[in-house]
Amino acid sequence: MTLKGKAYKFGDNINTDYIISGRYKFKTLNMDELAKHIMEDLDPDFYSRLNPGDFIVAGKNFGCGSSREQAPLAIKHARVGAVIAKSFARIFYRNAVNVGLMLIEADTDEISNGDELDVDPEKGVIFNKTKSIKIKFNPLPDFMLSILKNGGLVKHFKKHGGYNF
Amino acid sequence: MGKTLAEKLLSRGAGREVSASEVILVNLDFLMGQDGTSPLAIKAFYDMGGEKVFDPSKIAMVIDHSSPSPSHGISQLHDMMRKFAKETGIILYEIGEGVCHQLLPERGHVVPGDIVIGADSHTCTYGALGAFATGVGSTDLAAAMISGKTWFKVPETISIVFKGRAGKGVFSKDMALKLASVLTADGATYKALEIKGQALENLSMDARFTISNMAIEAGAKVGLMVPDMVTIDWVKKHSVKSFVPLYPDNDAHYENEIEIDTKNLEPQVAVPHQVDNAVPISEVEGVEIQQAFLGTCTNGRLEDLEIAARILSGNRVHPDVRFIIAPASKKILTMAVKKGVFEILNDAGAVFVTPGCGPCVGTHNGIPSDGENVISTANRNFKGRMGNPEASIYLASPATVAASAIEGKITDPRKYL
Ligand code: SF4
Repeated sequence: MTLKGKAYKFGDNINTDYIISGRYKFKTLNMDELAKHIMEDLDPDFYSRLNPGDFIVAGKNFGCGSSREQAPLAIKHARVGAVIAKSFARIFYRNAVNVGLMLIEADTDEISNGDELDVDPEKGVIFNKTKSIKIKFNPLPDFMLSILKNGGLVKHFKKHGGYNF
Repeated sequence: MGKTLAEKLLSRGAGREVSASEVILVNLDFLMGQDGTSPLAIKAFYDMGGEKVFDPSKIAMVIDHSSPSPSHGISQLHDMMRKFAKETGIILYEIGEGVCHQLLPERGHVVPGDIVIGADSHTCTYGALGAFATGVGSTDLAAAMISGKTWFKVPETISIVFKGRAGKGVFSKDMALKLASVLTADGATYKALEIKGQALENLSMDARFTISNMAIEAGAKVGLMVPDMVTIDWVKKHSVKSFVPLYPDNDAHYENEIEIDTKNLEPQVAVPHQVDNAVPISEVEGVEIQQAFLGTCTNGRLEDLEIAARILSGNRVHPDVRFIIAPASKKILTMAVKKGVFEILNDAGAVFVTPGCGPCVGTHNGIPSDGENVISTANRNFKGRMGNPEASIYLASPATVAASAIEGKITDPRKYL
């Protein structure tokens, strides 16, 4: 599996309120509607410029703040290919896997805004086509990759009747 | 090589020897959801094809965040929880019973050695009992309600040693705020904390819960303490569950060891808008406040109310300050009434609201106005946390909050003790 897309770069400590502001979060449970507002306070045109499969790239502690699942869900519904960050807040990490949003934990210093990337989540390699460099990372454990491939924990459970660990 | 307390606990849960960085499936001893997260979990439960829960006596849902309901929409969600509880037979704690993180230990659901998940980030509170307790999302809770299991990556552990005993006017909240500022907001992400040291020895369970509660403010997965006689006595008083405490090995591997000088610690205040912004009180004394709040899963326990009463006894709340108190549970409120603590606080001008989260998360019960300063015993002071991004929240101990309520400005509690 190779994911292809363009990098949109953000900084450290992107909290769940920046991902999706409380202004919208409590108003609707329609995730496609929420998706239109992701990252709005940091980059007002983000959603309109985003193409399906593009990547959110960030520094450390992405997704810190509340334990609500709307944040990874909204990113997923915006059809972001994966979030690539130096580290993730741990509840966000779990929630992302559970809702079927791909996460890559890698050194993002060599990725700039607008770079074209090829990402292989199973082999653990990001190829930065714009800069012509390879970045290696530890792939997710098989168990999590299988949840992701099934589209999240709800579908995974439905299919296997349990974790199928 | 020996094992840390986190590795010991997860080895028991997995039924085999595990060590840091393995991804494992564990059996759970107790599960919890609150009214902000349970509705989504219930939806996911049915979407997964769930029909019955694995063991209704091991699951509790608590209506504490917006309780009693402040709006029509929230009433509908509460109703959904009540129906689910009736249908599956799980435990439901109704409005006014208290904050989830107080109820689980107080009602004996958690004992040393247990593995517990809660759909709330401060589930780490019960680490103070030597239980592996951590926050998860709603979908995790749903899957666990069906299977009785969840997955974890076994964490590395940071050892935290509080050296020396705290001086007069310095409480476990001051230690917790100091710890958050030393580690910083993401300094312990994915990691377990093993919190120990001389300063813990003479702390009550009430006081210890405060420190474990705030482990998540440094991103930690759990804030564990090693059980001692204080723990065992407390648990025997509160629970009928049998238990076998676990202890770390002497040759356990710690990723890092951090010492905190408790002996010379001053009362701490976390200034807006981050928890890891703790400063000694001398740096912020005199900042005017309009609201003071005593309560939450961090500091709404009997001992906290008693400290505030000691300070307010013979004094009055400043006329320009609203002093709101939300006991962490109904039991605590009852005890406060019995011991005369309620009367002292009430007569001094404080206002009691329903036991529960109170104004902590900004849905009801005391939302500050624009430009106001609040001094609070809670665990978070993020912008907008109490429902208004134009207000500023300072975090401190119950003693500091009470002293500040008297003077209408941030005040060192030591002059009242
Ligand atoms: S008291 Fe505050 S921090 Fe604790 S569970 Fe309730 S809302 Fe969360």
